[in-house]
Amino acid sequence: MTHDLLRLATAGSVDDGKSTLVGRLLYDTKSVLADQLDAVARVSEARGQAAPDLALLTDGLRAEREQGITIDVAYRYFSTANRSYVLADTPGHVQYTRNMVTGASTAELALILVDARHGVVEQTRRHLAVTGLLGVRHVAVAVNKMDLVGWDRGRYDAIVAEVRAVAARFDIDEVVAVPLSALLGDNVVDRSANTAWYDGPTLLEHLESVPVGTDPATQPLRFPVQVVLRPQSDPHRDYRGYAGRLAAGTVSVGDEVTVLPSGRTTTVVGIDLGQADGTVTTLENAFSPQSVTLRLADDIDVSRGDLIASTERPGHVTRSVSGMVCVVSERPIRPRDRVLLRAGTRTVRALVEEILDQLDIETVEYSRATSQLDLNDIGRVRIRLADDLPIDDYHELRRTGAFLLIDEADGATLAAGMADAPERYAGASI
Amino acid sequence: MNQHFLNHLDHLESEAVHIFREVAGEFERPVILFSGGKDSVVMLHLALKAFAPAPLPFALLHVDTGHNFPEVLDYRDETVGRIGARLHVAKVQDYIDDGRLRERPDGTRNPLQTVPLLDAIEQGRFDAVFGGGRRDEEKARAKERVFSLRDAFGAWDPRRQRPELWDLYNGRHSPGEHVRVFPLSNWTELDVWRYIERERIALPSLYYAHERDVFQRDGMWLTAGDWGGPRDSEPVEARVVRYRTVGDMSCTGAVESEAADVGGVILEVAASRITERGATRADDRLSEAAMEDRKKQGYF
Repeated sequence: MTHDLLRLATAGSVDDGKSTLVGRLLYDTKSVLADQLDAVARVSEARGQAAPDLALLTDGLRAEREQGITIDVAYRYFSTANRSYVLADTPGHVQYTRNMVTGASTAELALILVDARHGVVEQTRRHLAVTGLLGVRHVAVAVNKMDLVGWDRGRYDAIVAEVRAVAARFDIDEVVAVPLSALLGDNVVDRSANTAWYDGPTLLEHLESVPVGTDPATQPLRFPVQVVLRPQSDPHRDYRGYAGRLAAGTVSVGDEVTVLPSGRTTTVVGIDLGQADGTVTTLENAFSPQSVTLRLADDIDVSRGDLIASTERPGHVTRSVSGMVCVVSERPIRPRDRVLLRAGTRTVRALVEEILDQLDIETVEYSRATSQLDLNDIGRVRIRLADDLPIDDYHELRRTGAFLLIDEADGATLAAGMADAPERYAGASI
Repeated sequence: MNQHFLNHLDHLESEAVHIFREVAGEFERPVILFSGGKDSVVMLHLALKAFAPAPLPFALLHVDTGHNFPEVLDYRDETVGRIGARLHVAKVQDYIDDGRLRERPDGTRNPLQTVPLLDAIEQGRFDAVFGGGRRDEEKARAKERVFSLRDAFGAWDPRRQRPELWDLYNGRHSPGEHVRVFPLSNWTELDVWRYIERERIALPSLYYAHERDVFQRDGMWLTAGDWGGPRDSEPVEARVVRYRTVGDMSCTGAVESEAADVGGVILEVAASRITERGATRADDRLSEAAMEDRKKQGYF
């Protein structure tokens, strides 16, 4: 078995023990080294704590240590014999919902903590909502602090049933729950003797078995052009290659492709992988998420911001987009705001036309239009564009359905967006 | 078996190449920090791959503390000559000589790099600066974005970082600001070594076990040299050692090792119970938040 990579994001309320669980995962997979552990032991002792506080492994900033909370997304790495993990450790505080969106945007699996004493709370609903909106395919629920409820099976079953009911509302079909104690290490990596009634996997066993990635063979080609390579020197005097990373699908030499937004059609005549000695290795085919360089049969005008797509399933080109956005800046989003919209490698000027609805984070219900969306608010907006934009349904093609709204003046990222299916908005399509 | 399967190192490589190309597409004057250390060597290797068969579209920048290992400087110059790159060198010694910086009592020059670095960025009008930093190195680094916006003073404010969503890296910045870019963010020390093995990348010799004159200070084996060691109370011994990191000679320690080739190093790193920085960097021992504090001042 070749070593693969799983990206996951954690989420949980303050004091659910999230940092402790991450610390436990690192510790029990032997990803924590002696000097890091010594530092944790030293600080824990100085604070008068009886046992080393594993949460200190992850709370790295001064303010986090002072307040005992996680402020910003941190990325952690651990690996087992068959898999490497990139873990986005995201804060649970309400005011940091944007950080959870950040962590979840690249994750294939969301790890959501629930405190067994408190059950499903508002934050749990919010985390499931964000997970569903962001199209994270797998959800693992860690029902933590089971030791504090006497390892009560009835309590666990009730929580899991409630989690599943909420998850179903956000189109999350796969939820795997594990009863555990992050503090004591039960069912995290090692099986617990306290849960004889539980016959599912430990948390790590589950992480090890989740299928990674989507099969590119089932998706249409999406290749946002990053840079045009023109060496203009011997022996590559006439070389003209389009460098990029496959956002979806596969490509083979001889494939007919469509360049968007122009809609021109041509054929792929070469797929190159650059080498450090300045040569290239030629490939017969490539698949997402490989970074390659494509050569095309016709000398048509292709530049950064264009999308090379499957001619059979090219996607939509539009001047009007609707989609869910999460505001990640202190500046609100209001109708008539002039912004930049970035999707793939393309950036176009845009006008926020209307806020269609807003997700009420307390009830997790959608309400009617409001006048503005503030920091951490989630809502659906309609946006008019100054130029043609190829875009996909986020829930079908995550990489080419995602967009950013950017402040034109100072370049700040204002909102994270997920485009609706094209039939939801009016716009010319090819 | 899925034939469209990318293994872990291929994944990391594809991501890094994507990051280099995004910077080439979005910035006017990017520069790569290149010290001859293993992370910057791997970073340069990936940058060359990202644009081949076209030449590297970036210049290189090195901040020379004046206490660099001679074999690393030789390696740096040999590499720059081989690939035909342009190299800018900013020298801490120049700043000490003309009084703009003062030598610290402990003799370490690592923290002094910040001023020449920021000056070089300003003078070169560089708007994107690639660094080989990895998030696994240190807990403050674990919070760093791939694209890290710095203000006109080069400062990093962890509370005001731009959220980084999907792989839509936002490189927009105002005049005077610049962006630090970390293509190796998601790599670990072991990934770097496995990639060096796979790609047969040559490194400066001091990464591999060799006999060297060293002396002990604060539990670390330091190389004797003009930079100020050893003191009379610090006897010099010949020992078989290697370096896990190469920085300023005054604060980078060697580890005792028998690993004389890349395969040996991989076995050693995989089995090590001590992190790279914990084993070999004196400046990170200054306080719990030493790295965070330096980064806030503009350090990498």
